[in-house]
Amino acid sequence: MSDSVKTSDYDAERKEMNAEAQEAVDKASAYEFGWSSDIEQDFAPKGLNEDTVRFISDKKGEPEWMLDWRLKAFRMWEKMESPDWAKLEIPMIDYQDAYYYAEPKPKEKLGSLDEVDPEILRIYEKLGIPIEEQKVLAGVEGARKVAVDAVFDSVSVATTFRKELEDAGVIFRSISEAIKEYPDLVKKYLGKVVPMHDNYFATLNCAVFSDGTFVYIPKGVKCPMELSTYFRINAENTGQFERTLIVAEAGSYVSYLEGCTAPMRDENQLHAAVVELVAMDDAEIKYSTVQNWYPGDENGKGGIYNFVTKRGLCQGKNSKISWTQVETGSAVTWKYPSCVLNGEGSVGEFYSVALTNNYQQADTGTKMIHNGKNTRSTIISKGISAGHSDNTYRGLVRVGPNAENVRNFTQCDSLLLGDQSGAHTVPYIEVKNPTATIEHEATTSKISDDQMFYAQQRGLDAEAAVSLIVNGFAKEVLKELPMEFAVEAQKLLAISLEGSVG
Amino acid sequence: MTISTGVTYRLKNFELKRNQMLKIENLHATVGDTEILKGLSLEINAGEIHAIMGPNGAGKSTLAYALGGRPGYDVTAGSVTFTPLPLAGGAGGGQTSDEAPPLTPPASGRGTDLLALDPHERAAAGIFLGFQYPVEIPGVSNLQFLRESLNAQRLARGEEALSGAEFIKLAKEKAALLKMDMDMLKRAVNVGFSGGEKKRNEMVQMGILNPKLAILDETDSGLDIDALRTVGSGINAIMRKPDKAVLLITHYQRLLDEVKPDFVHVLAAGRIVKTGGPELALQLEEEGYEAIAEAA
Repeated sequence: MSDSVKTSDYDAERKEMNAEAQEAVDKASAYEFGWSSDIEQDFAPKGLNEDTVRFISDKKGEPEWMLDWRLKAFRMWEKMESPDWAKLEIPMIDYQDAYYYAEPKPKEKLGSLDEVDPEILRIYEKLGIPIEEQKVLAGVEGARKVAVDAVFDSVSVATTFRKELEDAGVIFRSISEAIKEYPDLVKKYLGKVVPMHDNYFATLNCAVFSDGTFVYIPKGVKCPMELSTYFRINAENTGQFERTLIVAEAGSYVSYLEGCTAPMRDENQLHAAVVELVAMDDAEIKYSTVQNWYPGDENGKGGIYNFVTKRGLCQGKNSKISWTQVETGSAVTWKYPSCVLNGEGSVGEFYSVALTNNYQQADTGTKMIHNGKNTRSTIISKGISAGHSDNTYRGLVRVGPNAENVRNFTQCDSLLLGDQSGAHTVPYIEVKNPTATIEHEATTSKISDDQMFYAQQRGLDAEAAVSLIVNGFAKEVLKELPMEFAVEAQKLLAISLEGSVG
Repeated sequence: MTISTGVTYRLKNFELKRNQMLKIENLHATVGDTEILKGLSLEINAGEIHAIMGPNGAGKSTLAYALGGRPGYDVTAGSVTFTPLPLAGGAGGGQTSDEAPPLTPPASGRGTDLLALDPHERAAAGIFLGFQYPVEIPGVSNLQFLRESLNAQRLARGEEALSGAEFIKLAKEKAALLKMDMDMLKRAVNVGFSGGEKKRNEMVQMGILNPKLAILDETDSGLDIDALRTVGSGINAIMRKPDKAVLLITHYQRLLDEVKPDFVHVLAAGRIVKTGGPELALQLEEEGYEAIAEAA
């Protein structure tokens, strides 16, 4: 209940921010030359070879060591093959028929919201996104700079945030900036959690990563706010090959939010991000994702291929890494946010909701690698399949020979809507130490006719009833999300299920 | 058997002609290939409480589901007209008030074709079904469920949605009426509830949703004596109003001691075979259905 009450407060707050933003925009547009800047339309030619890699590195003004690193990765990648073990049908991807560097992306410029696909606007509306943010998301000309600055400046969020972070000693930069400003830190950790040779897509990312985020939390610092790329001005256009590195020193804490509930369209079909987290003694990293990339149309045409490698290293004693993800977008999702539990008593958590509709395919789960003594992990996975979609949970729990008294609890629940969708659970359990306690629970269910009629008899239409039941099903995961994210994620689940009832 | 018996009673019991709320005519309904209701007719006026009794398999639950619009309960013939009295003073009032609103006759004089409405539209029109087996919805709290349901109904009726604070106030009031702990309302819908708690929860829901016509399917089953009394007084407090009506489906006299019916109908083999006053229930309790159904 308190959830819903807070929602209205939140909405009111956003409305207020929106009004202020509007004012700022009106003011700004009166200034004739305010927002015309020369945009460098520089991009690498189509295709992928060493020159492409050099071009990217050069464009970013990277130091020699970074270029060498990229080239090493590229040469490695050339000899690798795309993995085929996932339960996914992926059409052949022609890596030579794509652009690897275009900055800024030649996004279609729109004069006003009237030119935006009304379907997209309807979804923004349902998500409760303020008009100015809608303009930004839709790519209306000039809106991004104005609105992002205006919205956050108006409530002094951006500046206050920056100041607060600096005072706390937190480093929060784009990875490109960090490579130049903090080369030693980046060098020390980049590729240490996800090695360069880890997998086909990770290696590709090493060679051509476009941009991303670097976060460093010094010893004993509790990051004073939840960090989000959303709040980091200039965070746009980092999408395709994103690279994120978060290091939490001993006794520190950080909560990081990634993604956006608003539907994101992108001309680049292939996305291959790498995220690395490192937690030292008693440090905690909470990483939350809401992914809503374009899933393709109702016939499965188009849509993003999302091949992500996310891994956290609990290096220190009693450290903790917690992944929470709500995955509703992309045509193909290949993603296994994992924890390597080296530190004694360290804790790994994975909370996931993966919803697929129409012809979407998701093969997602986690790996919990227990190397240290007394390490614990929890896996809660909720898969929802509708339409003709296929939804697979694939998870590994591995207990090393020296890892005494390991505990793991895994719960995988699948909910099927309609009779054309698929749900699959593929748990791998490898235990090399007999003191381990491993629990695995799995259920598969459908929304029952009884539940549907009960909810409808109380006044909810079929779509609202399904949304309510699905949100209830996913609640254990949604409650792990930060408040604002959770509210939007609930709406997102409802929207993603549209048209699946009947 | 015709409707005229009901009319006679009505004229005997009340000085004024009452407003007809529900008119079921010659209702036939099938489940799968089996015809369960075979020409059932019934009229219920505002302010009345009707009890339907009958042997197992007579079609009592089918009647409830058919009126609620449950998929799979197909009406093959007949009609159902629903003519609830509008609240005087416009929409939005009276939700939290226990005072009976003044009556005004239906605007058009013609009711709604209930069978043409979807289940949620019937709910918004003022029909509430008390389920014999209330359904569990894991992960969804009672409060969330009811707030969303109530506000969906209100919006469908062109009323304003209740705010969180208004809703909590209403929920507290109705929970107290049914002696239900607010903590129960924070728990997931019917999950881990005992049989009795589920039934009491149905009545709290009824209190909050404030329907015009409540169809209560064996609400008394699974209740102990104290709970039966609480539920009975809850039904009286919520539904015994000049603008409301109740269709009580039950096997036993016990509930009828608490909620005094104006009419008792015997349903057998898909038809109403006998209608009487409260004394008919007593007679059934003594003689059984068979004797009465045969005599009819």
